Amino acid sequence: MTDYKKNEINIFNKACLCRAFEKKVYKAVKNKEITIPVYLSAGQEYIASTIATYLDFKKQNEKQIFIQHRGHSTYLAFGGKLELLIYELLGSTKGCANGMGGSASIQGKDINLFGHDGLMGSQGPIATGACFGNKIFTLCFAGDAAAEEDYFLASIGWAVTKSLPIWFIVEDNNLSILTEKKFRRNWEMNNVAKGFGMQSFNVDDDPKALWETLERASLNQPALFNINTKRLFWHAGAGIDNEKEFDRHAIYIDKYKNSKKQELADQMIEEIWEKCSKNL
Amino acid sequence: MQQKSLRQTIKEIVYDHLKTNNGIAMGQCLSAVGWVGGTLPELYEEDGMIELSMADVAGGGFAVGSALAGKRPIYIIRYQGFNWFNAPIIINYAAKSKEIWGIPCPIFVRSIAMEGGIGPVAGSSHHSIYYRMPGIKIFSPMTPNEYSTVYKEFMAKEEVFYISEHRKSFDNQENFENIINEKADFTIFAISITRFSAIKAHEALSKLGYVINLIHLWRLKPLILNEEELTSLKNSKYGGLVLDDDYVDGIAKAIAYELMCNTKNNVSVLGLKNKTAGFDKKVDNLPPSSEEIKKEILRIINLNKG
Ligand SMILES: Cc1ncc(C[n+]2csc(CCOP(=O)(O)OP(=O)(O)O)c2C)c(N)n1
Ligand SMILES: [Mg+2]
Repeated sequence: MTDYKKNEINIFNKACLCRAFEKKVYKAVKNKEITIPVYLSAGQEYIASTIATYLDFKKQNEKQIFIQHRGHSTYLAFGGKLELLIYELLGSTKGCANGMGGSASIQGKDINLFGHDGLMGSQGPIATGACFGNKIFTLCFAGDAAAEEDYFLASIGWAVTKSLPIWFIVEDNNLSILTEKKFRRNWEMNNVAKGFGMQSFNVDDDPKALWETLERASLNQPALFNINTKRLFWHAGAGIDNEKEFDRHAIYIDKYKNSKKQELADQMIEEIWEKCSKNL
Repeated sequence: MQQKSLRQTIKEIVYDHLKTNNGIAMGQCLSAVGWVGGTLPELYEEDGMIELSMADVAGGGFAVGSALAGKRPIYIIRYQGFNWFNAPIIINYAAKSKEIWGIPCPIFVRSIAMEGGIGPVAGSSHHSIYYRMPGIKIFSPMTPNEYSTVYKEFMAKEEVFYISEHRKSFDNQENFENIINEKADFTIFAISITRFSAIKAHEALSKLGYVINLIHLWRLKPLILNEEELTSLKNSKYGGLVLDDDYVDGIAKAIAYELMCNTKNNVSVLGLKNKTAGFDKKVDNLPPSSEEIKKEILRIINLNKG
């Protein structure tokens, strides 16, 4: 059995947790329990779920993570505390970012996950500077648009120059709000990274393909992964742009339907949510 | 024993920061062109003196990341005008990190002004860019003692410090005292390099028989003024004047407003003129000279005598 095969179920479990959470947030926005803007990551959960599972499997325990605005799945897949995230979205000072971070600026102190300031792409230079400062293996998440920021590109350049152990993870959902990539640029991130001399990959968020790509990269060297994915919900808030959007999770739900993992995750989220909302 | 110059003081502070305090210094073209006016020791990457690429916006972010990693970076911006590109991530992340996430992100921003002669973007101080934002402390030390004090404060705290330096002060060895009279005609509050011209203007006005107070302002944000300094303005017959070497629509006017609220006395401002600087002397935009300061004060006094 390949390493991937051994781990597919772990990836799926994480994806179920992320999906259950985003579905619940969707409902909570609709019924006005949540009143702040939320950036839902449903559809994109296989990126963080696969990478987190891979790094666990490789025993890469020492790491620091720089998140993007659309980060609930990143937070949860890497083991962020569920209750703290619920409190945060409900605006409680008990939240993971003291109730100030909302959805876009969450952090996970116990998992070394640093918050985002809401200015697209700033995490590129910040993650690179942190990695330069302590040489700890670093993950920097960004969207396909945030990665276009000039300072983000400059940080790829500096990470290569200093041979830092940092991976840039571009969650390429092809959209900047609703503007598609083809209207914004005629180049691809992985080619830009290659131009800087960085190892880089262009891959779909299919967990097997992604896992095998991760295996080709070194944990001690900078690399960029442009990962093609689909966003199921609106850019911000609870809504659907395209009812027919491809949903990778549906394939795995079907594959593991006997496990009832999604139902169990849904139920668990409902219970913990209710407890938290009564305890603000 | 002769006092050390400000230049030597800064150089020794940077040396200790790297060699004993496990810190780093980062910036562009540090080792070239005279080690930033002779304020840096001749150290290299292995010592913690980090040459950055020309990417100014990202450079500010690299400093922020290093600060999160505990390196307490001294981030060197060789001309204050470059802050238009260097400030964004420092202001929007480092200065907010403790408040939002409870994670300290201490950076010592050494931002250096020139006195004109360098065209439209780089001349004079630009500390007002940072001033309007929360979470940042701003100082403009012009003396060895002030500089050592502010560095010690930085090492004891977990905040972002913006140090507005001026190249023309690097040779200075003196430490300045305020000049306060019990009953004065006028009070000058001088910031950064204008403090040197203010001393001369004070002399000139004294010779003309005016009684003038001179307050040296270098703790700009938070603005710290003691009772004696405020009383000196309260008791000044014709009010006061804030001098700055940045454009006046910023720190100068904000401080003048604070002073007026606190003393109910009139305070005016004098700083860079409201125009773009050119390279040639004829079209440059320089901080107020001692002669201009003297003239302005006489104009205000005469108007009020009116
Ligand atoms: C510096 C900056 N510019 C613009 C914005 C407005 N903005 C917020 S999210 C967003 C789109 C981001 O797209 P992408 O990085 O691809 O992430 P996605 O939302 O698709 O997950 C934009 C333009 C911002 N927050 N910060
Ligand atoms: Mg996108």
